[in-house]
This record gives sequence, C-alpha cells and structure tokens, in this order.
Amino acid sequence: MPVWLNRQRALLDFALSSLGRRLGKTLGLAVVYTLIVAVLASVMLFSHAIRREAAQVLAGTPELLVQRLVAGRHDMIPAERLDAIRAVRGVKSAEGRLWGYLFDPAAAANYTLMVPADRVVEAGSAVVGSGVADVRGVAVGDLMSFRAHDGNLVQFRIKDVIDNDSALVSADLFLVSETDFRRLFGVPADRFTDIVVAVRNPREVRTVAEKIDAALPDTRIILRDEILRTYESVFDWREGILLVLLVGAILAFAIFAWDKASGLSAEEKREIGILKAVGWETSDVIRLKAMEGTVVSLGAFLAGYLLAYLHVFHWGAALFAPVLKGWAVMYPEFQLTPFVDELQVATLFFFTVFPYTLATVVPIWRAATVDPDQVMR
Amino acid sequence: MLFQPAIIALMLASGLAALLVLASVPFAWTVVRRWNLADGSEAQLRMERRTYLVATLLKIVMAAELAALVLFVFNADRMATLFTGAMCAVGTLKVDPWGFPTLYLKLAVFFLAGCWLVLDHVDNRGWDYPLIRVKYAALILLAPVLVGSAVVQGAYFMGLRADVITSCCSTLFSGGGVTVTSNSVASLPHGLALSLLAGSLAAVLASGAVVLRWRRCGWLHALLSVAAFVIGMSAIISTISVYVYEMPHHHCPFCILKREYGHIGYALYVPLFVGTVCGLGAGIAGWAGRRPSLSTMAPLVARSLAAWSVGGYALFGLVALWLIERSHLILFEVVP
Amino acid sequence: MIHLTGVKKAFNQGRANEFWALKGIDLHVAQGKVTVFRGPSGSGKTTLLTMVGCLARPTSGRVKLKERDISSLPERFLTDIRRSTFGFVFQNFNLLKGITAVENVMVPAYPLGGDHGALRHRAHELLDRLEMGPKAKSMAEWLSGGEAQRVAIARALINDPQVVIADEPTANLDSARSAQFLDIVAEMKRDGRTILMTSHDPLVAEAGVVDHVVTMRDGVVVEAR
Ligand SMILES: Nc1ncnc2c1ncn2[C@@H]1O[C@H](COP(=O)(O)OP(=O)(O)OP(=O)(O)O)[C@@H](O)[C@H]1O
Ligand SMILES: [Mg+2]
Repeated sequence: MPVWLNRQRALLDFALSSLGRRLGKTLGLAVVYTLIVAVLASVMLFSHAIRREAAQVLAGTPELLVQRLVAGRHDMIPAERLDAIRAVRGVKSAEGRLWGYLFDPAAAANYTLMVPADRVVEAGSAVVGSGVADVRGVAVGDLMSFRAHDGNLVQFRIKDVIDNDSALVSADLFLVSETDFRRLFGVPADRFTDIVVAVRNPREVRTVAEKIDAALPDTRIILRDEILRTYESVFDWREGILLVLLVGAILAFAIFAWDKASGLSAEEKREIGILKAVGWETSDVIRLKAMEGTVVSLGAFLAGYLLAYLHVFHWGAALFAPVLKGWAVMYPEFQLTPFVDELQVATLFFFTVFPYTLATVVPIWRAATVDPDQVMR
Repeated sequence: MLFQPAIIALMLASGLAALLVLASVPFAWTVVRRWNLADGSEAQLRMERRTYLVATLLKIVMAAELAALVLFVFNADRMATLFTGAMCAVGTLKVDPWGFPTLYLKLAVFFLAGCWLVLDHVDNRGWDYPLIRVKYAALILLAPVLVGSAVVQGAYFMGLRADVITSCCSTLFSGGGVTVTSNSVASLPHGLALSLLAGSLAAVLASGAVVLRWRRCGWLHALLSVAAFVIGMSAIISTISVYVYEMPHHHCPFCILKREYGHIGYALYVPLFVGTVCGLGAGIAGWAGRRPSLSTMAPLVARSLAAWSVGGYALFGLVALWLIERSHLILFEVVP
Repeated sequence: MIHLTGVKKAFNQGRANEFWALKGIDLHVAQGKVTVFRGPSGSGKTTLLTMVGCLARPTSGRVKLKERDISSLPERFLTDIRRSTFGFVFQNFNLLKGITAVENVMVPAYPLGGDHGALRHRAHELLDRLEMGPKAKSMAEWLSGGEAQRVAIARALINDPQVVIADEPTANLDSARSAQFLDIVAEMKRDGRTILMTSHDPLVAEAGVVDHVVTMRDGVVVEAR
C-alpha cells in the first residue's frame, strides 16, 4: 500500500510539474474547458433555480381550481356554484376569485389585475408589483388611471409597491378592490373569474375533483399537482433543448481537446520517449497523462461551476434569461435563490468531463506507446 | 420521450460506453485468433500495445457505468414528481416495463466490467499473459450486454411520458396484494430476512478468511459473495429499510438514498457493492492462480481482493446493525 | 551474464522498405566487464544495445539474462527487468528540460514507489560522488555537455543497476572530458557493474578499463576479442 501511495504521489508531483512546464498550453485548454463548463452549468443552475422558484410560488396556490367553460372557453363562473361545491364531501372551503389581465397602452405592457384574498385594498387605491412601478415610473402616492369597459376613467392611487422576493410572479401584479375590479371590467356582482377549493384531506384531492366534476359538468378542474408537473416538464424541456443546442459546443470542445492531446509538441514527445527509456512503463505514462487530465478537469470544472454560480445568482443570468424565462414584455428584475443540486453536478460532469476524457484517451495512449528505444536514435 | 438533461447525459454515457466496447470487438477477435507472444513481429507488438488502450477504455467504461448507475437512481427519484402516483424512484421505474430491466442491466454491466478489470489486472501480472484469450473472449461477450443495456435504457426513456399513472413504492413494496416479483422480496418475514443475512454474511466472511489465511477456495468466496449480495439486497428491501423509515410498511430500496434519510443508503450500498465486486474478483484471481506463470502473483491479488471484500461485508453488516439499533421501530419483542 | 543466440531484428517488417538491422548475432557478455561495440555507422550497434537492454524485442532469436529467456517477454515485463537491471546513458544525454538536475536523476525511480525523501537523498549522494553536488539545483538545460553527462550517469545509477549501457558516451565530449568519463567507467566497474558501450572513438576502445571489444558490420559481428 505505501508503495502504491508513494507511486501515485510521485506521479502526481510529476504531473503537476509537467503541467507547469507547459503553462501556456495548459492555460489555453483550461480556459476553454472552464468556459464550456460555465455555459452548461449556467443553463442548469438557472433553469433549476427558476423551477424551484415556480414550485415555491405554486406551493401557495390552491390545490384545486374550478373554472367554467362555455363552448370550450373559459368564462365567468356564477356565484351559486360556490354552494354546490361546498356541498361536496371533503371540501373544506370554496372561494370565488377575481383576476384578469389589463393592457396598459402607456407602458405597452400587460398587468395581472387581481383582487387579493389575503389583504384588503380600499376602493380607489392599488398595490402594484415592482415591475409595474418601474415601467410606469410611479411610486407610492402617485395616481394611475385606466379606461374602464364603458370608456369611463378609473383612477387608482398607489398605496404600496410589492418588494422583490418572489418577483417572478409579483412583478406585474396590480392589486385592486373588488368594486374597482367589477367597475373596470363590468363584471356582474354574482360572477367570479374562478373558484378556489381547499380540501380537508390532501390525499383526497383527486376524489373530490372527480365529485365536483360530476356535480358541475360545465366546469374544468385544475389540480395544483398538474400545474406543477407541467411546469417541471416545460422547464426540463427548455433546459434539454438548450443543452442539445449546446451539444455542438461540447462536440467542438471534444475535438479541441482531442487536438490538444494529440498535437503533442516535439518536446513533449521527447519527454515521453525519455521516460519510457529510463524505465517507465506504458501504463505509468498513461497514468501520468490521466493525472494531468484529472487536474485540468477538476480545476476547470470547479472554476466553471463557480463562474456559472456567479453568473446566475449574482449577475442575473444575463446570457440566457430570455430563453429560459419565456417571452414576456416585462422582465422582472429578480435575484434567484442560490441552490446547488447533486444530481445537477453529476449530470454536468457527464456533459463535460466524460467527453473530455474520451476525447483524450486515444491520443494519450498513442503517445504513451512510443517505442522506448526511440530516444536512442 | 422526456427531454431532460440527466436523461440525455445517461443516454450519452451508455451509448458511448457501448460504442467503445463494440469498437473493440474486432480487435478482441484478432487477439483470440492471432495472439502469439513467441512471435517477435511488429504486428504482435502493435497488438500488445493496443491492449493498453482497451484496458484504459474499459476502466473508463466501468467508472462511467458506476456514475451512471447512481445518476440513474437519483434521477428516477427526482422524476417521480412528473408521474401521477409515483412518489419515489420505484414509481418512475414502474412507469414503463423497461424501467427495472434497465436498472438490472446497469448493475450487470457494472459487475461484469469489474470482473473484467480484475481479470485484466491479474493477467497483466503473468509474464506470458496466460489469460489473454479468455480475457478478450470475455470482452466479446461483454459487448452485447453493454449494447443491450444501452438499448433497453433507450427504450425506457423513449417510452416515458409525464403524467402516466403508476403505482408508487408505498403500494408496490408493501407486502401482499400486487403480483410483482420484488413484492415477494418485500414480504419476506423480518426474522427470516435478518437470519438469512446474518448467515450469509458469516459464511462470506468465513470463506474470505479462508482465502486470506490459506489462499484457497476463492471460487467459494465468489459464490457466497453473489449469495450475500442477493440476500443483502433482499434484507435491505424487506427489513433494513423499514428500520430506517420507521414505518412498518414502507419497503423501498431507493428512498434510503435520499437527503431526508441522511443519504444513509450509500453507507449500505457502497460497502455491499465493494464487497461483492471484490469477492467476485477474488474468485477470478484464485482461479487464475492455476496458471503456472500466475501461481505466485494471482493468490496475492486474490488475497488483497478478499481483504477488501471481507472489509466491505463487515462494514455492511455493521452499518445494518447500527441502523437497526438506532431505530425507534421495534419489530421484535424481547421476551424477558 | 547476457547471452544472445541468433538475434535478428527487422524494421518495417512486411513492407517495401523492410530492413534487417541485425542479421543473426551470437554473443556473450560477461558479468563485471567493460565491453565496447564499434563499427561503421549503420552497422547495428545501437540496435543491438536496445535488444540487450530490454528496450526492444528481437524479431527472432533468443536473449537470455542470467539464464532467463527474455526475448519473448511483453513490454510490461521487459520494462520491469530493464528498470531494475539496466541503467542508460544516451548519446545526447536526453535530460528532461525545465526541471532541475536532481529531479532528472530521480525520475526513473518514480514508478517504483519508493520513499520520496530517501530517493532525494540518494540522488544527491550520487551527484556528489560525480562532483555535481553544487549543480544539483540547476535546471537541466543550463548544464554544459560534460555536466549533463554526469547527471545522465547519476540518473542511470539511481536504481542501482547491475548493467550500465552507454550509447556513444563520448561523442559530444572533448578528449579531457572523455578521459574523465573513462575514469567514471572504471569506478563503476570497481563497484561490480557490467558496462556496455558503443563508440567510434579509438581512444575508448583502446582504454585500459575496456575488457572486450566487439566489432560489427552490416548487422553481424565480425570480430570479438
Ligand atoms: N526505427 C527504425 N526504422 C527503420 N530503420 C531503422 C530504425 N532504427 C534503425 N534503423 C536502421 O537500422 C540500421 C542500424 O541502425 P543503428 O542505429 O543500430 O546503427 P549504429 O550502428 O548505431 O549507427 P551509428 O554508429 O550511426 O549510431 C540503420 O541502417 C538504421 O537506418
Ligand atoms: Mg548508434
């Protein structure tokens, strides 16, 4: 065992010194390697963080949502349906919600208009998301006005701006009172946008949903789990697409690595020849080169991952945010919660270190099997 | 197919591994037919040098397959949210009939690659490479397994559609009812499972000691290692996992790998896998010792492998014991 | 100690430019003696040394080292024998650039996995004995020809080989340096080592320490005394 350990140590020492002797080449390779890791890691870190963000947001949404469908399209739901739903066994509560979208010509942006359930907004006032405040350049106390469905002006005084912590969904929020909402869109007093249902036993969500479906045939029922799943797979899909697009980059990198590994300088070839002549075995040389590769790989992997971490969590993922967040007029300015995931690191390893190793193994082998008697000539 | 980074990575890894081994098959065939050390020709020399490449590639394949195995299980667990009714890796694997075969093939590839590397390691210690034909014939046989593993995994991932209703682990692995093979494992009585485990561990440790002390009976140790692996896995599913979850009806071999349970599963699986692979290796090395040129080196290799194997099984036993000891769940009443 | 019977070596076998560098060599090298190979350029001296020193395998014929047939050993085992039995001093010394003299001396011992401290100590000792102690920390590329050769000799001796093989050791040295080299050879011989050299230099072939001279031409031995 100590022999084995001594040998590994000696080889590692030699590998480090040999990398140091060719600093230019080593650094060139390391930079490209680091960049490729950084790009891939950014994609993964970003899409993962955004997925978590979405999951967190959805955790606060209702388990069950009931919408009315008319001719296959979403329609306002009558208030008397509330009683029908409350009558279903297993339902804890059912509340009507009012929400919708409002296009603001002044900012050319869409806001999400909502009547909040958890806070009271007085008539004539509004609470807005940070994105809204930014695009319109308004602050607390300012006035905003919109044209209602009948052409009359409706005015709001900004009472509060929601700060940034879950900015992804709150950025475009515009919270108003129930009276203002109905006045703006002309929604009759006995109609709601949809109905949220709370269920007594979370395991019975599916059964309750089936019962409501049976009782109210003109409705569509949306389960939170389903939304969650859809989100998951949409983001997975986007991430996958990006990665496949980046496979080109990985391939280019592999070719680059192959080229670097096979384009040994005369000096390097001479060195390997000498090592073999003075008593190194082919597998010793392979091990030496493998160690060099490992050092470069680990260094580049760590550096690249760190770079990606900074890029995503401190510099706002400037490079891919548009693709992964989807397209919307208003990009919320937001800080993602840093999160590192083992699965992701392992996956990233497969996308970078594995191709690198495979690309270099044949050139290394070729270099390591030079004739040991070559230096005699 | 689900378009997901981990899935793409897994397909990439298996595909490349299969391709590498497949590409070595013609060379392996040449070795089987043409190998002749007495021949000083350059063709023979080239062949010898090529063996270094194949061995290096196989090492990479084995490392990749090991990593892929972990990634596969991990990812299956993570994907459970995508399938209604799936709560952990078992659910994800049951989504499609190819799920569990993929896992089993991955295990097989890992163990076979491990055996091949032991064979290679031992053979390289004999000045006339006495096992070279066996080794390359084995490589030819290994190729279809790798290709099969890649293909089955491909079929599994291609068939995955989010939102398929599946049975999850709590119904699948709970005793009685559904007719799934693993089910009979889960319903193994706790007492029987633990006695079997203790017996097989004792046997494998004893045979390991024989290899260590007298350098013989490697084959017996290998056989017992396989038995200990199977029994060990069954015991984990039927009893040890129950102690970890502290829920009498939760039998799942994967959830113990999760963060909720402190990744404790690794402390069980790593020693068990090390013990098994080294146990198999000790058998192979012991068998190789019959060749005259290996008669001194192979028993040494067998011995050190047996030492690793014994260490692995002992650690596995200790961890299992500790898990049972620290658990609040009581499955056996001690009668005063 | 070393027996060669009917050793032949072909290059580019089976191709149009096939060339037989050795055409059947029978030779015996005695232990503890100094043997010099000479002959015109291209006569196969270097090739013969690579066969003897386990750097390459003969195409046909037998090489026996202390009664052990090594002619059909795979490279892996040849290397094993080579690093424990032979030390090499190459014509152009072949030191590794960018590392110090003492590290150059240590390189052959790395794969053996000995203790690092002891190895470094041994390397310094060897350099001291060859009067290279003060230059131990110099980079290899700064050394003069004679210094580089002594470092190369120290490197050849680091694994304490029984046989030292030197290919054209004096080709790059002036006559004073050559004489110094022959002194070192004499010292190695006193230590009980077997020495094999090739040389064009008549000075070397006629030197007092030399026991045997083998003359070659066109891949065959024409005279051995
Ligand atoms: N790798 C090779 N491929 C082809 N021919 C080779 C090779 N190595 C050596 N030769 C040939 O073998 C012959 C013998 O070469 P060798 O180096 O043994 O000669 P030498 O006696 O050492 O000559 P010198 O005195 O010039 O060093 C030469 O004609 C050379 O061209
Ligand atoms: Mg020569």
